[in-house]
Amino acid sequence: MSEHGLRLELTVNGRRRVAADVPANSSLLVALREHFGLPGAKNACEQGECGSCTVYLDDVPVCSCLVAAGQAHGCEVRTVEGLAMSSTSTSASAAAASGAASGMRNGGNAGETADLTALSVVQSAFLEAGAVQCGFCTPGFLIAVDALLIRVRGRTIINLDDAELREALAGNLCRCTGYEKVIDAVRTALARLATPQPPMGAAT
Amino acid sequence: MELITADSWTQALRLKHERPGAAPINGGTDVMVELNFDLRRPEALLDLSRIAELKDWDVVGGTVQLGAGVTYSRIIAELADSLPALAMAARTVGSPQIRNRGTVGGNLGTASPAGDAHPVLLATGAVVEAESFGRGVRRIPVDDFFAGPKRSVLEPDELIRAVLIPTAAGPQQFSKVGTRNAMVIAVCSFAIALDLDARTVGTGIGSAGPTPLTARAAGRFLAGALDWDTLTVPEAAARHFGELVSEAASPIDDVRGTSAYRRHALQVLSMRALRWIRTAGREPEPVAA
Repeated sequence: MSEHGLRLELTVNGRRRVAADVPANSSLLVALREHFGLPGAKNACEQGECGSCTVYLDDVPVCSCLVAAGQAHGCEVRTVEGLAMSSTSTSASAAAASGAASGMRNGGNAGETADLTALSVVQSAFLEAGAVQCGFCTPGFLIAVDALLIRVRGRTIINLDDAELREALAGNLCRCTGYEKVIDAVRTALARLATPQPPMGAAT
Repeated sequence: MELITADSWTQALRLKHERPGAAPINGGTDVMVELNFDLRRPEALLDLSRIAELKDWDVVGGTVQLGAGVTYSRIIAELADSLPALAMAARTVGSPQIRNRGTVGGNLGTASPAGDAHPVLLATGAVVEAESFGRGVRRIPVDDFFAGPKRSVLEPDELIRAVLIPTAAGPQQFSKVGTRNAMVIAVCSFAIALDLDARTVGTGIGSAGPTPLTARAAGRFLAGALDWDTLTVPEAAARHFGELVSEAASPIDDVRGTSAYRRHALQVLSMRALRWIRTAGREPEPVAA
C-alpha cells in the first residue's frame, strides 16, 4: 500500500477495475467520480441526506458518500452507468445493453458514455414520465427505484402501495419535480416489468 | 490517514490495542460525515465491515445477542418479532440507504443523545458487550454506558462486540418527533417496553438530555396504575404518566427545538404510546424498506 493512498480493486458495472493512489479518507463516491471516470453518482450533500450518490454495493443500495473507498475493495459496485445491464431490464433492452457494454469494454476506460438506445425499463419510464428535470437526483433515484422493483417483483403477489413506495424512496430528494412524475415513473416501470413486453425490433 | 482492514474480531481487537487512536468504522453513516466535513482527522480508520462475527445475531435463553455489525435493515427484516421496539426504531433511522449500512454498534459508538436505538435499549434493559485485547469482555448495562453528549464509557482500546437485548416480554412502542417522517435526527423520542410476567415498565427518552435517559418514576408509577389484564389506565393516570416522563427529561433549547416543546412532545408521545400498546396487534407490520 502506497503511503500516499490506496490501491483499490473492485468490480464496477461488471468490469474489474483498478485505481492506484486513492486517498484513504476518500469516499467511494469520490473514488467513482474522480478515479474511475464514472460521474453518474452525484455529490450534493456529502452526508447521506439526499441520496444523489446512491449506488449498489454488493447488490445493496447505499449512499456512496458514506462508504470509505477502501471498504469497497474487492466488492461489486453498480452505478447508474451500468443500470441497463440490471435485472430490471426487459430481455430486449438487456440484450441491447450487453451489446453496448461490450462496446464499452473494448473501447473507453474513463468516461464510459451510455448508449441511449439501451436503457433499462426504469430509465425509460423516468424519461417518458417527465420525471427528469435538472437530472441531478436522477441517477440516485434510478438505483433506488431499481432496487425497489427488484424487491417487489420477488413477491408472490406483486403489490406496491403508495405508502411503501414513498417510504422506499424517502432517501432520495428532488428539488425540481415535486415527486409526482417520479411516482408515475415507478408505477409505469412496475407495470411494464409485470407484463412481458414484446421484444423490440425482433426479426419477423 | 491510513485505512486498516480487520479480517476477524481477534485481529480487530489486536489492531485497536496497537492503535488506540484508530477510529472504528463499520456502516460509516456517522464517521464518514465527520470525515467528509473535515470535523475529525483520525490517524487511521479501523474497518470492521468485513468481520463475519459482528454480522450474526442469536437468541440464547430469553436474550437476543445482536452483533454490533447487524444493519438496521436486517433488524427490521429479521428481528421484528423478538425485538419489536428496536425494529420500530430501526425503521425511523434515516433512509433505506442509511438503514442498509447503519448498525446499533455504530449508534452506541457515536453515543449521541439523539441516537434512535438508545431509548429502546434503555427501556428493555440491554447490555453492551465490549471487548479489549488486554482485558477481555466487559458487559456494560446501557444505563451505565453513556457519559455525556457523544461520550461513552468505552476505553480507547475497546470495541463493541454485541448488544444483549431481552426478547420482548410484552408490548413495546417507539416513536420520535422530527421535521419530516424520514431522514431526521430526533427532536425527541420515547420508547416503552412492558414485561407482562414481571409486571414492570421500562422507558427510554431520546434527544431530551445530555444523554439518553430513563423515566424511572414514570415506569414505576405506570406499573402500579396499569390494569395488567386489559392494559388500560384511567385517563388521569395516563396524564400523570405523561407528566412524569416529561419531568424525567432534561432538555435544552437547540437548533432542532426548544426545551419547552420537547417536554410537551414527550408528554404527548408517552400518552400515545399507552394507546398504541392497547391497540397492539391492530397496527400495521413494519415494512422492510
